[in-house]
Amino acid sequence: MDHAHRPGPWISAAAWAVAIYLLVPITIVIPVSLTDQRFLSLPQEALSLRHYATVLGSPEWLNSIWQSFLIAVASTAIAVVAGTLCAIGCWRLSRKSTELIRALMLLPIIIPSIVYAIGLYRYFANLDLLDRFLGVALAHGVTGIPYVVITVSTALAAFDPRLEQAARGMGASLSQTLRWVILPRIAPGIVSGAIFAFIHSWDELVIVLFIASRDVFTLPRRIWDGINENLDPAMAAVAVLLVVFTLLLLLLDLALRKRRDA
Amino acid sequence: MRRQDAGWWLLILPAFLLMTAFYVAPIAQVLAISFTEPSPGLGNYERLFTSESVQRVILTTLRICVITTSLALLLGYILAYKIALASEAARQWWILAVLVPLWISVLVRAFAWVTLLRRQGLVNNALMEAGVISEPLQLVWNEFGIIVGMVHYMVPYAVLPLLASMREIDPRLLAAARGLGASRLTIFGRVFLPLSMPGLIAAGVLVFIFSLGFYITPAILGGGKTLMVAEWIGLQILDLIRWGLGTMMATVLVVAILATLAIFSRVVDLRRVFGSGA
Repeated sequence: MDHAHRPGPWISAAAWAVAIYLLVPITIVIPVSLTDQRFLSLPQEALSLRHYATVLGSPEWLNSIWQSFLIAVASTAIAVVAGTLCAIGCWRLSRKSTELIRALMLLPIIIPSIVYAIGLYRYFANLDLLDRFLGVALAHGVTGIPYVVITVSTALAAFDPRLEQAARGMGASLSQTLRWVILPRIAPGIVSGAIFAFIHSWDELVIVLFIASRDVFTLPRRIWDGINENLDPAMAAVAVLLVVFTLLLLLLDLALRKRRDA
Repeated sequence: MRRQDAGWWLLILPAFLLMTAFYVAPIAQVLAISFTEPSPGLGNYERLFTSESVQRVILTTLRICVITTSLALLLGYILAYKIALASEAARQWWILAVLVPLWISVLVRAFAWVTLLRRQGLVNNALMEAGVISEPLQLVWNEFGIIVGMVHYMVPYAVLPLLASMREIDPRLLAAARGLGASRLTIFGRVFLPLSMPGLIAAGVLVFIFSLGFYITPAILGGGKTLMVAEWIGLQILDLIRWGLGTMMATVLVVAILATLAIFSRVVDLRRVFGSGA
């Protein structure tokens, strides 16, 4: 007999309704992207892949996808290196001042990106970084640091500090301890952080709206223009491709977590 | 000992320098501009009390944020309650239903809502064909659309802290209450709800501060008619080139968020809000 306390039928029904509310808008883009019509609608007579062909055959869309990918890779590298080292340093030193530093690293999650975006617009103008690959990669890298700091700190919380002390006690240098003792143990946390930092950059729009205009035209920027100018089914095809891509990354993260917990 | 520590401090240095040079400095500049342009002084802040349009934007933002937070908490609580009390196997699926929307691009979601809710959208078409309505309903490009999209974005953020605090509740307490003859409602009102309160407050703070500075969803689903502060700031800077006014509002936004966090850090452990990294 099941002794666990379970929610009543009304609450269960309500929970299902909330889950449907969360998932329906994401799934509705799939049939819309397969429409045979020239405007946003459900398929009328047949399913068609023509809108996917439009997107994948358009140099503009492909160029934006490629740019977004490169920026995401570069900014993930910045965020992972800086974030991981910082989390390890804060964890090992663990005192009032490092708590403050960790709080500082979380600022990009707390402060709205519009505030950062307008600040950067002015700041990068002086540094000649507007509409440059380097500028966007730096901005996304810095704002990706919190995701890495959070996941790596969580991984470190489960790490026995005596292992580090033992390694140092046996004469290992700091870089040897890092490389052979600490990093292998927290690798799953670093990969999680990298995935989140990557998705953060890949999806980021507000900063890009302010610091990039012509030469750097990322995928979210092109989608933004598409939504504001012409709502055609090609947008739905892009949306589906994005959903599939994000789902794959998320599943990768879940699989890694499973392996770590096993 | 001190010399040994130097190496660890060195590990923190790259992140600290990057953060100072490319994050804190641009934001400090925003705060500074709000006091210096167009003329030095508190002139921009005076507009908070004298300009009707500034006050209207703030009121609209606060109204939408309060409604969004309440709805996201209500829906999030129902979902978290179901997940917390679900069997181990079912729980995995429910959590996936929360995580998937959390990580799907905000643009994709706003686009999906436009597809569903616009004048010739799927919802209006379906209702017209079913004969429920004869005229399309105005479901988007107004406050209603903004709230539908924002609540959709915020529910997963509400669920995660709620779920964390509900999972800490000892299930034996619920079984004991039932054994003593309490009804489902009594168990919820007297045992479960009070014990989940820290999660509820943490979720509320998180959703509220995220809503305050939200840009993309209100901009797309508001259609430029209902302005919230983030979009208003963007408009001042990009279209009207009124840096003083834009940065003043940005400063007010940051102060409002930090003040909210400071007030609630007395009531609830902020670690609950931002995970163990905080």
